Amino acid sequence: MGGPATDMRQKLLEIRGLEVEFQTRRGIARAVNCIDLTLYAGERFGLVGESGSGKTTMILALLRMIREPGRISGGQVLLDGVDLLKLSDEEMRKTRLAGLAMVPQGAMNSLNPVMRVGDQIRLSMSEHGQRRPAEAGRIEELLQMVGLRPQVAELYPHELSGGMKQRACIAIAISLRPRLILADEPTSALDVVVQRHIMQTLRSLGESMDATVLLVGHDMGLMAQFTQRMGIMYGGKLVEVGTVEEIFSSPKHPYTQLLIASIPSFKSRGEFKGIPGVALSLLNPPTGCLFHPRCPQALDECASVDPSLKELDGHHTACLLYGREGTHAATPA
Amino acid sequence: MSRGFIIRRVGLFLIVVWAAASVNFFIPRLATGRDPIREKLGLLAASGGLRQEGVEAMVKAYQAKFGLDKPLHTQYLNFLLNSARLDLGYSLANYPARVGRMIANAMPWTMGLLLVATIIGFSLGTLMGALAVWARAPALFRHLVFPLMTLSAIPPYLLGLVVIYTLGLQLNIFPLSGGYSPGTFPGFRLDFILEVIHHSTLPALAIVLQAVGFWALGMRGMMVSTVGEDYIALAEANGLRSKTIFFRYAVRNAFLPQYTALGLSMAFAVSGQVVVEVVFAYPGMGTLLFRAIQASDYTVINGVVLITIMAIGLVTMVMDFTYPLLDPRISHQRLD
Repeated sequence: MGGPATDMRQKLLEIRGLEVEFQTRRGIARAVNCIDLTLYAGERFGLVGESGSGKTTMILALLRMIREPGRISGGQVLLDGVDLLKLSDEEMRKTRLAGLAMVPQGAMNSLNPVMRVGDQIRLSMSEHGQRRPAEAGRIEELLQMVGLRPQVAELYPHELSGGMKQRACIAIAISLRPRLILADEPTSALDVVVQRHIMQTLRSLGESMDATVLLVGHDMGLMAQFTQRMGIMYGGKLVEVGTVEEIFSSPKHPYTQLLIASIPSFKSRGEFKGIPGVALSLLNPPTGCLFHPRCPQALDECASVDPSLKELDGHHTACLLYGREGTHAATPA
Repeated sequence: MSRGFIIRRVGLFLIVVWAAASVNFFIPRLATGRDPIREKLGLLAASGGLRQEGVEAMVKAYQAKFGLDKPLHTQYLNFLLNSARLDLGYSLANYPARVGRMIANAMPWTMGLLLVATIIGFSLGTLMGALAVWARAPALFRHLVFPLMTLSAIPPYLLGLVVIYTLGLQLNIFPLSGGYSPGTFPGFRLDFILEVIHHSTLPALAIVLQAVGFWALGMRGMMVSTVGEDYIALAEANGLRSKTIFFRYAVRNAFLPQYTALGLSMAFAVSGQVVVEVVFAYPGMGTLLFRAIQASDYTVINGVVLITIMAIGLVTMVMDFTYPLLDPRISHQRLD
């Protein structure tokens, strides 16, 4: 994505130096490690990485829902210029759903089993001060926006299918027209057909409301279809950020290259390629670049120098192969 | 709820009561060697210095009076017919007192004490157990679990002795025993009601202290798994108030097993906390049952047990009917 085109767009979310630590008996695990990321209004951004790379932790940190023994140990999260980490608990509560809303990972169990769907939508709105008159017909409207019949409002969650439950969760998420929608593997428990419908719904809702969608997952195919830009995480760090075309056609970071190469394709049947080595231990991370013990292109200095995200023609990567550490190119695109 | 379900459920209730009552009829009669009438008359004869020769004839006469001379199947048939009419017969030990009358006298005492104590213990315990798990509740509630756990393990009659000693004997705040002071006459008057409350405070306290621990532990266990559910996390992500999540999401869902246990505990309350009532010389069902067992008063034992069985059967039936109101996933519609 060329510089000027993106710079014209309004910045919605700026994450600066975000860090999340977990205090464990065997030491401190840094699950989110100095993340810098900017999301623009109305864009669809994908965050990928293997299990344990800190994707979900980062989403929870944006919502300020990190539980003990974890804590946000540093950084800023600016949503429309307001630092969420500085809000009071009550202000943060009001910002959830109204400013940034979450579409959950396991929709199977994400709705209160003893409350009707319509009541759950109504409760979410009334807890944010939306009074009764304004919502007359609003619940039916929301259900229709996510492709559900208005009658679903009268049903209990156990009377819905998995896809319908996920749609109901999306209806709650968009009820206050948030600027940012966080979707954490929203289709992980659904079959591919339902997956496709849910993603289409999310895309059209994002477009019609001009909301930014941050999609988290490890389904590269889904990412390629849905997102415009992507970020790759490894060991709690963002190692590469670029447009979907760039990431897939010319990945820069060796980890991204191996990740792309591991996607099975119809053309090259045969041996399934993985990434050698095991995922790092956050309690005992390697020195220097976190990926260097598994990296086939590692240089000697990779063991000592920890590269930060560096810009290469609007595309960002944190790797010494693309030049020695110089300036702190923290703010992407 | 379909009519078919109600009919089937009431039928099941009747079968349960019949089966349990039958077991209750046959078991004392299997215990050979004890004859309450002979024992009672023998005791009277010995204490009165009577001659022994007439006793045998008296035993015969009383057995005829209670129908114990008839063959077992006739006795059983009579028992069933009388039970169905709620005619519990005469007390063996306190003839000519009728068992039904004795139970009717004891029942209000027990119901008043135990139902109130059970409900207080249940409400307090459930709330404390829930707060012990809730991260935003004061840490006090988390630490409170250990004393509660200890209390729940101590039988209420021992707690009864402790409260009698401390609050009754040492501090002299509450009367030591009885349902009301000797010399006052029962009636529906304010001073008598206050008198009854004053007397029942200590036994109630003994029961509540133990019950709070019991209910708190049960609720705590359920809450631990409920707060880990996805819908709790999403409710928080959706910016619901902490209080709303606590009551309408967490407690509401963790409550269901508590409700079942509450029903059974209410049903057992009917038969009284036997030992607690005895410790406090409280004129309820527990004391009645205790005295009946001491005197081998089969008809009274039968009566108390029959009432208990019916109460348990009735309460479980009411529970089954009310479950769908609490949990929409349970429904009694036929899926055909």
